[in-house]
Amino acid sequence: MCLAVPGRIVELTDTDPVTRTGRVSFGGIVRSVNLSCVPEAGVDDYVIVHVGFAISQLDEAEAERVFTYLEQLGELDEIRQPSPA
Amino acid sequence: MKYIDEYHDAAAVHKLVAALRATVTQPWTIMEVCGGQTHAIVKYGLDELLPPEITLVHGPGCPVCVTPVEIIDQAITLAQRPEVIFCSFGDMLRVPGSAQDLLAVKAAGGDVRMCYSPLDALTIARDHPDREVVFFAVGFETTAPANAMAVYQAARSGLTNFSILVSHVLVPPAMEAVLSAPHNRVQGFLAAGHVCTVMGIDAYHPLATRYGVPIVVTGFEPVDILDGVFCCVRQLETGRAEVENQYARAVRTEGNPRARQLIADVFEVQPRRWRGMGEIPASGLGLRPAYARFDAATRFALDALPVADSGECISGLILQGLKKPHECPAFATRCTPEHPLGATMVSSEGACAAYYRYRARHAEDASS
Repeated sequence: MCLAVPGRIVELTDTDPVTRTGRVSFGGIVRSVNLSCVPEAGVDDYVIVHVGFAISQLDEAEAERVFTYLEQLGELDEIRQPSPA
Repeated sequence: MKYIDEYHDAAAVHKLVAALRATVTQPWTIMEVCGGQTHAIVKYGLDELLPPEITLVHGPGCPVCVTPVEIIDQAITLAQRPEVIFCSFGDMLRVPGSAQDLLAVKAAGGDVRMCYSPLDALTIARDHPDREVVFFAVGFETTAPANAMAVYQAARSGLTNFSILVSHVLVPPAMEAVLSAPHNRVQGFLAAGHVCTVMGIDAYHPLATRYGVPIVVTGFEPVDILDGVFCCVRQLETGRAEVENQYARAVRTEGNPRARQLIADVFEVQPRRWRGMGEIPASGLGLRPAYARFDAATRFALDALPVADSGECISGLILQGLKKPHECPAFATRCTPEHPLGATMVSSEGACAAYYRYRARHAEDASS
Protein backbone atom coordinates (compact mmCIF):
# COMPACT_ATOMS: atom_id res chain seq x y z
CA MET A 1 0.00 0.00 0.00
CA CYS A 2 2.50 2.56 1.07
CA LEU A 3 5.80 0.90 0.34
CA ALA A 4 8.32 3.63 1.07
CA VAL A 5 12.04 3.01 1.16
CA PRO A 6 14.91 4.96 2.79
CA GLY A 7 17.55 6.21 0.35
CA ARG A 8 20.60 8.49 0.47
CA ILE A 9 20.68 11.68 -1.62
CA VAL A 10 23.79 11.50 -3.80
CA GLU A 11 23.22 14.56 -5.99
CA LEU A 12 20.79 17.48 -6.36
CA THR A 13 19.76 17.98 -9.99
CA ASP A 14 17.01 20.66 -9.80
CA THR A 15 16.62 23.32 -7.09
CA ASP A 16 13.35 24.94 -8.20
CA PRO A 17 11.06 24.72 -5.10
CA VAL A 18 8.32 22.81 -6.96
CA THR A 19 10.39 20.56 -9.19
CA ARG A 20 13.25 20.13 -6.67
CA THR A 21 14.82 16.82 -7.67
CA GLY A 22 17.81 14.70 -6.70
CA ARG A 23 19.47 11.38 -7.46
CA VAL A 24 18.84 9.01 -4.53
CA SER A 25 20.66 5.74 -3.90
CA PHE A 26 18.75 2.76 -2.53
CA GLY A 27 21.52 0.39 -1.61
CA GLY A 28 23.21 1.10 -4.94
CA ILE A 29 20.16 1.46 -7.18
CA VAL A 30 20.01 5.17 -8.05
CA ARG A 31 16.76 6.87 -9.06
CA SER A 32 15.53 10.38 -9.65
CA VAL A 33 13.30 11.56 -6.78
CA ASN A 34 11.19 14.70 -6.24
CA LEU A 35 12.50 16.41 -3.07
CA SER A 36 10.14 19.40 -2.93
CA CYS A 37 8.58 18.30 0.38
CA VAL A 38 11.96 17.85 2.13
CA PRO A 39 13.59 21.22 1.35
CA GLU A 40 16.07 20.91 4.21
CA ALA A 41 17.45 17.53 3.02
CA GLY A 42 20.76 17.74 1.16
CA VAL A 43 23.48 15.47 -0.23
CA ASP A 44 24.25 12.48 2.04
CA ASP A 45 20.97 12.90 3.97
CA TYR A 46 18.56 9.95 4.08
CA VAL A 47 14.98 10.43 2.90
CA ILE A 48 11.98 8.12 2.77
CA VAL A 49 10.76 7.74 -0.80
CA HIS A 50 7.35 6.57 -2.01
CA VAL A 51 6.49 6.37 -5.75
CA GLY A 52 9.41 8.64 -6.67
CA PHE A 53 8.53 11.28 -4.09
CA ALA A 54 10.35 12.00 -0.81
CA ILE A 55 7.81 12.16 2.03
CA SER A 56 10.23 12.67 4.94
CA GLN A 57 13.81 12.98 6.03
CA LEU A 58 15.09 10.17 8.31
CA ASP A 59 15.76 11.13 11.94
CA GLU A 60 19.12 9.48 12.74
CA ALA A 61 18.76 9.86 16.51
CA GLU A 62 15.29 8.33 16.57
CA ALA A 63 16.53 5.47 14.42
CA GLU A 64 18.69 4.30 17.34
CA ARG A 65 15.99 4.61 20.01
CA VAL A 66 14.50 1.10 19.82
CA PHE A 67 17.97 -0.44 20.13
CA THR A 68 18.91 1.83 23.03
CA TYR A 69 15.97 0.72 25.15
CA LEU A 70 16.53 -2.90 24.15
CA GLU A 71 20.11 -2.58 25.39
CA GLN A 72 18.80 -1.01 28.58
CA LEU A 73 16.72 -4.11 29.17
CA GLY A 74 20.19 -5.62 29.45
CA GLU A 75 19.68 -8.99 27.87
CA LEU A 76 20.54 -8.20 24.30
CA ASP A 77 24.21 -9.12 24.79
CA GLU A 78 23.46 -12.42 26.49
CA ILE A 79 21.32 -13.44 23.54
CA ARG A 80 24.20 -12.58 21.21
CA GLN A 81 26.65 -14.75 23.24
CA PRO A 82 27.49 -17.91 21.25
CA SER A 83 25.88 -20.75 23.16
CA PRO A 84 28.49 -22.99 24.81
CA ALA A 85 29.41 -25.84 22.41
CA MET B 1 20.36 -1.25 3.13
CA LYS B 2 20.72 1.31 5.87
CA TYR B 3 17.64 1.89 8.04
CA ILE B 4 16.25 -1.49 6.95
CA ASP B 5 18.79 -4.21 7.72
CA GLU B 6 19.25 -3.11 11.34
CA TYR B 7 15.54 -3.74 11.89
CA HIS B 8 15.92 -7.37 10.86
CA ASP B 9 18.26 -8.08 13.82
CA ALA B 10 17.30 -11.54 15.14
CA ALA B 11 18.54 -10.82 18.66
CA ALA B 12 16.35 -7.72 18.87
CA VAL B 13 13.37 -9.72 17.53
CA HIS B 14 13.86 -12.44 20.16
CA LYS B 15 14.31 -9.81 22.86
CA LEU B 16 10.99 -8.20 21.94
CA VAL B 17 9.22 -11.57 21.84
CA ALA B 18 10.61 -12.35 25.32
CA ALA B 19 9.45 -8.94 26.59
CA LEU B 20 5.99 -9.63 25.12
CA ARG B 21 5.78 -13.02 26.86
CA ALA B 22 6.73 -11.36 30.14
CA THR B 23 4.06 -8.66 29.67
CA VAL B 24 0.94 -10.40 28.34
CA THR B 25 -1.49 -11.87 30.86
CA GLN B 26 -4.69 -12.27 28.82
CA PRO B 27 -5.89 -12.54 25.20
CA TRP B 28 -5.75 -9.42 23.01
CA THR B 29 -6.83 -8.80 19.39
CA ILE B 30 -4.75 -6.20 17.57
CA MET B 31 -5.23 -4.94 14.00
CA GLU B 32 -2.39 -3.86 11.79
CA VAL B 33 -3.90 -1.33 9.43
CA CYS B 34 -1.49 -1.32 6.53
CA GLY B 35 -1.21 -3.97 3.80
CA GLY B 36 2.56 -3.50 3.87
CA GLN B 37 2.56 -4.49 7.55
CA THR B 38 0.32 -7.48 6.78
CA HIS B 39 2.78 -8.56 4.10
CA ALA B 40 5.78 -8.32 6.45
CA ILE B 41 3.95 -10.16 9.26
CA VAL B 42 3.02 -13.10 7.05
CA LYS B 43 6.29 -13.11 5.09
CA TYR B 44 8.51 -13.24 8.23
CA GLY B 45 6.02 -15.35 10.21
CA LEU B 46 5.98 -12.71 12.97
CA ASP B 47 2.49 -13.73 14.12
CA GLU B 48 3.83 -17.24 14.73
CA LEU B 49 6.47 -15.82 17.10
CA LEU B 50 3.89 -14.07 19.25
CA PRO B 51 2.56 -15.55 22.49
CA PRO B 52 -0.73 -17.40 21.81
CA GLU B 53 -2.74 -14.78 23.71
CA ILE B 54 -2.08 -12.22 20.96
CA THR B 55 -4.15 -12.35 17.75
CA LEU B 56 -3.25 -10.11 14.82
CA VAL B 57 -6.06 -9.31 12.40
CA HIS B 58 -5.45 -7.66 9.05
CA GLY B 59 -6.92 -4.25 8.32
CA PRO B 60 -8.28 -2.37 5.29
CA GLY B 61 -4.97 -0.72 4.48
CA CYS B 62 -4.58 -1.89 0.92
CA PRO B 63 -5.74 0.74 -1.59
CA VAL B 64 -5.83 -1.81 -4.38
CA CYS B 65 -8.12 -3.99 -2.28
CA VAL B 66 -10.56 -1.22 -1.36
CA THR B 67 -10.92 0.34 -4.82
CA PRO B 68 -14.54 -0.30 -5.90
CA VAL B 69 -15.26 -2.37 -9.01
CA GLU B 70 -16.92 0.58 -10.78
CA ILE B 71 -13.66 2.56 -10.65
CA ILE B 72 -11.76 -0.38 -12.14
CA ASP B 73 -14.46 -0.43 -14.86
CA GLN B 74 -13.95 3.31 -15.44
CA ALA B 75 -10.21 2.68 -15.84
CA ILE B 76 -10.92 -0.08 -18.34
CA THR B 77 -13.32 2.17 -20.31
CA LEU B 78 -10.63 4.89 -20.50
CA ALA B 79 -7.86 2.47 -21.45
CA GLN B 80 -9.93 1.25 -24.40
CA ARG B 81 -10.15 4.74 -25.92
CA PRO B 82 -7.71 5.07 -28.85
CA GLU B 83 -6.56 8.57 -27.89
CA VAL B 84 -5.73 7.56 -24.29
CA ILE B 85 -2.41 6.40 -22.81
CA PHE B 86 -3.50 4.88 -19.50
CA CYS B 87 -0.77 4.87 -16.82
CA SER B 88 -1.01 2.99 -13.52
CA PHE B 89 0.93 1.41 -10.69
CA GLY B 90 1.67 -2.21 -11.51
CA ASP B 91 -0.59 -3.93 -9.03
CA MET B 92 -3.71 -2.18 -10.38
CA LEU B 93 -3.29 -3.81 -13.78
CA ARG B 94 -4.49 -7.25 -12.63
CA VAL B 95 -7.42 -6.24 -10.46
CA PRO B 96 -10.60 -7.74 -11.99
CA GLY B 97 -13.31 -5.28 -13.04
CA SER B 98 -16.80 -6.64 -13.66
CA ALA B 99 -15.74 -8.15 -17.01
CA GLN B 100 -11.96 -7.97 -17.41
CA ASP B 101 -8.76 -6.32 -16.14
CA LEU B 102 -6.42 -3.67 -17.54
CA LEU B 103 -3.89 -6.26 -18.71
CA ALA B 104 -6.60 -7.81 -20.89
CA VAL B 105 -7.26 -4.35 -22.38
CA LYS B 106 -3.53 -4.00 -23.03
CA ALA B 107 -3.45 -7.41 -24.72
CA ALA B 108 -6.32 -6.29 -26.95
CA GLY B 109 -4.33 -3.25 -28.09
CA GLY B 110 -5.08 -0.62 -25.43
CA ASP B 111 -2.11 1.65 -24.56
CA VAL B 112 -1.75 0.71 -20.89
CA ARG B 113 1.60 1.53 -19.24
CA MET B 114 2.99 0.66 -15.83
CA CYS B 115 4.42 3.67 -13.99
CA TYR B 116 6.54 3.71 -10.84
CA SER B 117 5.57 7.34 -10.17
CA PRO B 118 2.76 9.74 -11.16
CA LEU B 119 5.55 12.14 -12.16
CA ASP B 120 6.64 9.62 -14.80
CA ALA B 121 3.10 9.83 -16.26
CA LEU B 122 3.58 13.60 -16.47
CA THR B 123 6.71 13.06 -18.57
CA ILE B 124 4.77 10.74 -20.88
CA ALA B 125 2.12 13.46 -21.31
CA ARG B 126 4.77 16.01 -22.27
CA ASP B 127 6.30 13.54 -24.74
CA HIS B 128 2.91 12.79 -26.39
CA PRO B 129 1.06 16.10 -26.82
CA ASP B 130 -1.30 14.46 -29.32
CA ARG B 131 -2.53 11.83 -26.81
CA GLU B 132 -4.63 12.02 -23.65
CA VAL B 133 -2.55 10.67 -20.74
CA VAL B 134 -4.52 9.47 -17.71
CA PHE B 135 -2.85 8.34 -14.46
CA PHE B 136 -4.70 5.96 -12.11
CA ALA B 137 -4.27 7.84 -8.83
CA VAL B 138 -4.91 5.11 -6.26
CA GLY B 139 -3.65 5.21 -2.69
CA PHE B 140 -3.86 6.36 0.90
CA GLU B 141 -2.51 9.60 2.34
CA THR B 142 1.04 8.36 1.67
CA THR B 143 0.51 8.59 -2.10
CA ALA B 144 -1.55 11.80 -2.07
CA PRO B 145 1.36 14.28 -2.12
CA ALA B 146 2.91 12.62 -5.19
CA ASN B 147 -0.44 12.63 -7.04
CA ALA B 148 -1.11 16.21 -5.93
CA MET B 149 2.35 17.26 -7.15
CA ALA B 150 1.71 15.72 -10.58
CA VAL B 151 -1.52 17.75 -10.94
CA TYR B 152 0.12 20.89 -9.50
CA GLN B 153 3.05 20.70 -11.94
CA ALA B 154 0.68 19.99 -14.87
CA ALA B 155 -1.37 23.10 -13.96
CA ARG B 156 1.77 25.23 -13.49
CA SER B 157 3.19 24.24 -16.86
CA GLY B 158 -0.16 24.54 -18.67
CA LEU B 159 -0.27 20.89 -19.68
CA THR B 160 -3.69 20.15 -21.21
CA ASN B 161 -3.41 16.43 -22.09
CA PHE B 162 -2.96 15.06 -18.56
CA SER B 163 -5.61 13.94 -16.06
CA ILE B 164 -5.96 11.53 -13.13
CA LEU B 165 -8.60 8.95 -12.28
CA VAL B 166 -8.84 9.36 -8.51
CA SER B 167 -9.35 6.54 -6.02
CA HIS B 168 -7.86 8.11 -2.91
CA VAL B 169 -8.88 6.94 0.56
CA LEU B 170 -8.08 8.00 4.11
CA VAL B 171 -7.12 5.75 7.04
CA PRO B 172 -8.77 7.33 10.14
CA PRO B 173 -12.37 7.05 8.81
CA ALA B 174 -11.73 3.39 7.89
CA MET B 175 -10.45 2.68 11.41
CA GLU B 176 -13.57 4.35 12.81
CA ALA B 177 -15.73 2.17 10.54
CA VAL B 178 -13.98 -0.94 11.91
CA LEU B 179 -14.33 0.27 15.53
CA SER B 180 -17.99 1.26 15.25
CA ALA B 181 -19.07 -2.00 13.58
CA PRO B 182 -21.32 -3.92 16.04
CA HIS B 183 -19.31 -7.14 15.90
CA ASN B 184 -15.92 -5.39 16.21
CA ARG B 185 -13.36 -7.32 18.27
CA VAL B 186 -10.30 -5.14 17.61
CA GLN B 187 -8.82 -3.85 20.91
CA GLY B 188 -5.72 -2.06 19.66
CA PHE B 189 -4.14 -0.84 16.43
CA LEU B 190 -0.80 -0.72 14.70
CA ALA B 191 -1.33 2.46 12.67
CA ALA B 192 0.06 2.77 9.14
CA GLY B 193 3.52 4.27 9.56
CA HIS B 194 3.94 6.00 6.22
CA VAL B 195 0.44 7.48 6.25
CA CYS B 196 1.52 9.18 9.48
CA THR B 197 4.85 10.20 7.95
CA VAL B 198 2.75 12.48 5.72
CA MET B 199 -0.25 13.36 7.90
CA GLY B 200 1.14 13.20 11.45
CA ILE B 201 -0.62 11.54 14.37
CA ASP B 202 -3.16 14.11 15.61
CA ALA B 203 -6.12 12.54 13.78
CA TYR B 204 -5.78 9.38 15.93
CA HIS B 205 -6.19 10.92 19.42
CA PRO B 206 -10.01 11.27 19.12
CA LEU B 207 -10.25 7.60 18.03
CA ALA B 208 -8.09 6.37 20.92
CA THR B 209 -10.12 8.39 23.41
CA ARG B 210 -13.62 7.78 22.01
CA TYR B 211 -13.19 4.01 21.59
CA GLY B 212 -10.67 3.41 24.38
CA VAL B 213 -8.12 1.69 22.14
CA PRO B 214 -4.34 2.13 22.06
CA ILE B 215 -3.03 3.18 18.64
CA VAL B 216 0.68 2.65 17.99
CA VAL B 217 2.14 4.28 14.87
CA THR B 218 4.31 1.44 13.56
CA GLY B 219 6.92 0.82 10.89
CA PHE B 220 7.25 -2.12 8.52
CA GLU B 221 10.33 -4.15 9.41
CA PRO B 222 10.25 -7.11 11.84
CA VAL B 223 11.72 -5.15 14.78
CA ASP B 224 9.28 -2.30 14.13
CA ILE B 225 6.23 -4.53 14.05
CA LEU B 226 7.15 -6.50 17.16
CA ASP B 227 8.04 -3.27 18.94
CA GLY B 228 4.64 -1.87 17.89
CA VAL B 229 2.84 -4.96 19.22
CA PHE B 230 4.86 -4.72 22.45
CA CYS B 231 3.95 -1.03 22.95
CA CYS B 232 0.28 -1.85 22.23
CA VAL B 233 0.16 -4.81 24.65
CA ARG B 234 1.94 -2.81 27.35
CA GLN B 235 -0.84 -0.20 27.11
CA LEU B 236 -3.62 -2.82 27.02
CA GLU B 237 -2.26 -4.59 30.09
CA THR B 238 -2.19 -1.29 32.04
CA GLY B 239 -5.56 -0.06 30.83
CA ARG B 240 -4.20 2.81 28.76
CA ALA B 241 -5.57 3.95 25.38
CA GLU B 242 -3.12 6.43 23.92
CA VAL B 243 -1.50 7.24 20.60
CA GLU B 244 2.16 6.14 20.68
CA ASN B 245 4.79 6.71 17.99
CA GLN B 246 7.00 3.63 17.55
CA TYR B 247 8.19 4.76 14.11
CA ALA B 248 9.72 8.08 15.22
CA ARG B 249 12.65 7.81 12.79
CA ALA B 250 10.16 8.44 9.99
CA VAL B 251 7.15 10.04 11.70
CA ARG B 252 7.02 13.47 13.35
CA THR B 253 3.94 14.43 15.38
CA GLU B 254 2.94 17.04 12.81
CA GLY B 255 3.79 14.80 9.85
CA ASN B 256 5.18 16.65 6.79
CA PRO B 257 3.59 20.12 6.77
CA ARG B 258 4.62 20.88 3.17
CA ALA B 259 3.12 17.62 1.94
CA ARG B 260 -0.07 18.24 3.91
CA GLN B 261 -0.39 21.75 2.43
CA LEU B 262 0.16 20.39 -1.09
CA ILE B 263 -2.60 17.81 -0.56
CA ALA B 264 -4.96 20.46 0.86
CA ASP B 265 -4.31 22.76 -2.10
CA VAL B 266 -5.17 20.16 -4.74
CA PHE B 267 -7.60 17.76 -3.03
CA GLU B 268 -10.64 18.03 -0.76
CA VAL B 269 -12.16 15.42 1.55
CA GLN B 270 -15.16 13.60 0.03
CA PRO B 271 -17.30 10.52 0.82
CA ARG B 272 -15.90 7.34 -0.77
CA ARG B 273 -17.21 3.84 -1.43
CA TRP B 274 -14.85 1.15 -0.18
CA ARG B 275 -14.91 -2.28 -1.87
CA GLY B 276 -16.48 -4.75 0.54
CA MET B 277 -17.24 -2.06 3.16
CA GLY B 278 -19.72 0.30 1.41
CA GLU B 279 -19.67 4.11 1.55
CA ILE B 280 -17.79 5.75 4.42
CA PRO B 281 -18.42 9.50 4.95
CA ALA B 282 -15.45 11.87 4.52
CA SER B 283 -13.20 8.89 3.83
CA GLY B 284 -11.58 9.89 0.55
CA LEU B 285 -10.03 12.68 -1.49
CA GLY B 286 -11.25 14.27 -4.70
CA LEU B 287 -9.85 17.09 -6.81
CA ARG B 288 -10.85 20.61 -5.83
CA PRO B 289 -12.99 22.58 -8.33
CA ALA B 290 -9.92 24.66 -9.26
CA TYR B 291 -8.35 21.45 -10.62
CA ALA B 292 -11.53 19.86 -12.03
CA ARG B 293 -10.03 19.92 -15.54
CA PHE B 294 -7.53 17.31 -14.33
CA ASP B 295 -10.26 14.93 -13.15
CA ALA B 296 -10.59 12.12 -15.71
CA ALA B 297 -14.03 11.12 -14.37
CA THR B 298 -15.47 14.53 -15.36
CA ARG B 299 -13.24 15.12 -18.38
CA PHE B 300 -14.43 11.86 -19.98
CA ALA B 301 -17.96 11.96 -18.42
CA LEU B 302 -17.59 8.51 -16.89
CA ASP B 303 -20.62 7.07 -15.14
CA ALA B 304 -20.12 5.89 -11.57
CA LEU B 305 -22.96 3.43 -10.93
CA PRO B 306 -21.92 1.16 -8.06
CA VAL B 307 -21.25 -2.39 -9.19
CA ALA B 308 -21.83 -5.28 -6.80
CA ASP B 309 -18.87 -7.45 -5.87
CA SER B 310 -18.63 -11.07 -7.01
CA GLY B 311 -20.87 -12.99 -4.59
CA GLU B 312 -18.29 -15.57 -3.67
CA CYS B 313 -15.49 -13.18 -2.58
CA ILE B 314 -15.44 -12.36 1.16
CA SER B 315 -12.73 -9.63 0.86
CA GLY B 316 -15.00 -7.19 2.73
CA LEU B 317 -14.93 -9.42 5.83
CA ILE B 318 -11.18 -10.00 5.47
CA LEU B 319 -10.52 -6.25 5.17
CA GLN B 320 -12.38 -5.66 8.42
CA GLY B 321 -10.44 -8.38 10.21
CA LEU B 322 -13.60 -10.48 10.70
CA LYS B 323 -12.36 -13.44 8.63
CA LYS B 324 -8.97 -14.83 7.70
CA PRO B 325 -8.11 -16.04 4.18
CA HIS B 326 -8.21 -19.70 5.26
CA GLU B 327 -11.82 -19.29 6.26
CA CYS B 328 -12.82 -18.56 2.64
CA PRO B 329 -14.02 -21.70 0.81
CA ALA B 330 -12.45 -20.51 -2.44
CA PHE B 331 -9.03 -19.70 -0.93
CA ALA B 332 -6.16 -21.36 -2.83
CA THR B 333 -8.60 -23.45 -4.88
CA ARG B 334 -10.92 -21.40 -7.10
CA CYS B 335 -9.20 -18.19 -5.99
CA THR B 336 -5.47 -17.90 -6.69
CA PRO B 337 -3.16 -15.05 -7.78
CA GLU B 338 -3.53 -16.29 -11.39
CA HIS B 339 -7.33 -16.37 -11.17
CA PRO B 340 -8.24 -13.96 -8.36
CA LEU B 341 -11.90 -13.68 -7.37
CA GLY B 342 -11.25 -10.47 -5.48
CA ALA B 343 -8.74 -7.70 -4.87
CA THR B 344 -7.28 -9.04 -1.61
CA MET B 345 -5.83 -11.91 -3.68
CA VAL B 346 -4.61 -9.72 -6.52
CA SER B 347 -2.71 -7.09 -4.58
CA SER B 348 0.64 -8.25 -3.28
CA GLU B 349 -0.31 -6.52 -0.02
CA GLY B 350 -3.72 -8.12 0.18
CA ALA B 351 -4.06 -10.57 3.07
CA CYS B 352 -5.18 -13.40 0.75
CA ALA B 353 -2.17 -12.93 -1.56
CA ALA B 354 0.20 -12.87 1.44
CA TYR B 355 -1.36 -16.03 2.90
CA TYR B 356 -1.30 -17.76 -0.48
CA ARG B 357 2.33 -16.88 -1.03
CA TYR B 358 3.65 -17.61 2.45
CA ARG B 359 0.97 -19.77 4.05
CA ALA B 360 -0.54 -21.92 1.27
CA ARG B 361 0.90 -25.06 2.90
CA HIS B 362 -1.28 -24.40 5.98
CA ALA B 363 -4.31 -24.41 3.66
CA GLU B 364 -3.21 -27.76 2.24
CA ASP B 365 -2.63 -29.17 5.74
CA ALA B 366 -6.05 -27.91 6.82
CA SER B 367 -7.85 -29.42 3.83
CA SER B 368 -5.99 -32.75 3.65
